[in-house]
Amino acid sequence: MSRLQIHDVSVQFPGMNGGESVTALSEINFQIEPGEFVVALGASGCGKTTLLNLMAGFIQPSNGYLTLGDSDISGLPRVACGLDLQDQITGPGKDRGVVFQKHALLPWLNVLENAAFGLKLQGVGKKERIERASYFLKLVGLEDFHKHPVYQLSGGMQQRVGIARGLTNDPQMLLLDEPLGALDALTREVLQELLLDVWRKTQKMMFFITHSVEEALFMASRLIIMSPRPGRITHDFSLDFNKIFLETRDARQVKSMPEFIAMREKVLGIIHGDEVLNGGAH
Amino acid sequence: MKNQESIHALDLAPVSKAESAPKTKSNLMQTFLSIFAAGPVKPGESYGAPGQGKSLAISLFTTAFLILIWHIATYLQWVKPLFLPSPVAVVQRFWEVATEGFANATLLEHTGWSMMRVFSAFFLAFLTAVPIGILMGVNRIVRGLFDPIIEFYRPLPPLAYLPLVIIWLGIGEVSKVVLIYLAIFAPMALSARAGVKSVAIEQIHAAYSMGATRWQVIRHIILINALPEILTGMRIGIGFGWTTLVAAEMVAAQAGLGFMVLNAAEFLVTDVVIMGIIVIGIIAYLFDLFMRYLERKLVPWKGK
Repeated sequence: MSRLQIHDVSVQFPGMNGGESVTALSEINFQIEPGEFVVALGASGCGKTTLLNLMAGFIQPSNGYLTLGDSDISGLPRVACGLDLQDQITGPGKDRGVVFQKHALLPWLNVLENAAFGLKLQGVGKKERIERASYFLKLVGLEDFHKHPVYQLSGGMQQRVGIARGLTNDPQMLLLDEPLGALDALTREVLQELLLDVWRKTQKMMFFITHSVEEALFMASRLIIMSPRPGRITHDFSLDFNKIFLETRDARQVKSMPEFIAMREKVLGIIHGDEVLNGGAH
Repeated sequence: MKNQESIHALDLAPVSKAESAPKTKSNLMQTFLSIFAAGPVKPGESYGAPGQGKSLAISLFTTAFLILIWHIATYLQWVKPLFLPSPVAVVQRFWEVATEGFANATLLEHTGWSMMRVFSAFFLAFLTAVPIGILMGVNRIVRGLFDPIIEFYRPLPPLAYLPLVIIWLGIGEVSKVVLIYLAIFAPMALSARAGVKSVAIEQIHAAYSMGATRWQVIRHIILINALPEILTGMRIGIGFGWTTLVAAEMVAAQAGLGFMVLNAAEFLVTDVVIMGIIVIGIIAYLFDLFMRYLERKLVPWKGK
């Protein structure tokens, strides 16, 4: 089983107009094991999206490596990493699906064509394309909307198309950049549960960015908290509220458990403490 | 309901002043004002969207009004027919030129030659400008090669380089088509290039994350995204084409609308000049309507 590994990664963005360069991420060492649902939480500007873009291959690290595959580079010295890099991430690929914050759907295609777009790119036959896309569209509750133009759908439905599109392509991991951030509370809860169901069914690695502490605790099997200036991972928790939900099917029950509330207070404390240390987030 | 009330209020004001205004007049006034009244709000229309609602009736009114003023001005002989012939004279001349011809060619022949020149230049420009514009958008080498050429000649008036085109290519059809082609090429290429730039980076990233190759990204994402701007470029381009037509037909043309207008001007046959201008305008307008129709059919998702 392949895992995603981030080895000593730093990202510097060049300063504007000759100003000082900005360190978006500093010496990140981190790995996502098979089947993990990792949620990243942190104030704006802490490098969550930069981290996701690195994993997706949209940007290159200034230092360090990312790999996706069987090889284990964790704990290896930096020099040794350079020797075995056949799994190194050098750009985007179909092994890492991305669900964007704002829909990056293609408005000239209908719902079904959007969901099946990745398969079309790979030359999969029409019959199989429709079959596989229909399966995931049904999973996200859009089985009756195949022929609809995507720009006529509500925000929540568009986001569901985005999720179905990511899944239809059958990636090894799914990268989700605040996919539910723009949705109303009700749709948001429905999609949270849906994503957990999909995760259980497919056992894909998930990397999920959110601003909501409650959402983070509910979804994560592993929660990382990041801190800005420079962006780094400060806390790393293992959680099982999502497994409790998948057994009991009662989200409100889970979210009102004393343990859940205690954890929420703890995480909020961390984030607020962080803000005080940094002179307040903007 | 509210709309009808407002029309009524507008309508009543002059009537109550005049007291004895006849009823037919009030109806006429009401019909007239209803052209300008906003139609009933349609379901699904969003409040405050700039300039929404129909404007066709108002446009027809403008046209009718201008023709009426024109008619009155000539009928009352405010201007001499030499400077401004009456609409009736222009229509008569239209019929005469259509059946008997002017300057050794019928109107159909003049129109045919001009359309052949403009549309073959347009077609050639479409075949070359769109691919080059796209390539300028996606490839820095192509952009570097073509940018100085296009940016240099684009602001030049076609009349300025017409002599050079004639020296190089002679006075035949080729130089005419090339002159119009050059006028169409620049706006079309720049629109295609701008279309490439308008692509959302998320769509490109999404395609790469689904395993797209570079060529697939260009074909399935960039090209389609650029389509609305390419169509706009075609509309602007054909406009430049008609603008340049008269210049192209200035030298050694035997027929053509531009030639016809210039020839008529030399002999002060003003009604043919005006008739030619109107024919060019109508053809250009009809083609623009066709392009707008094409736009609605091809890119219904534009701006969504």
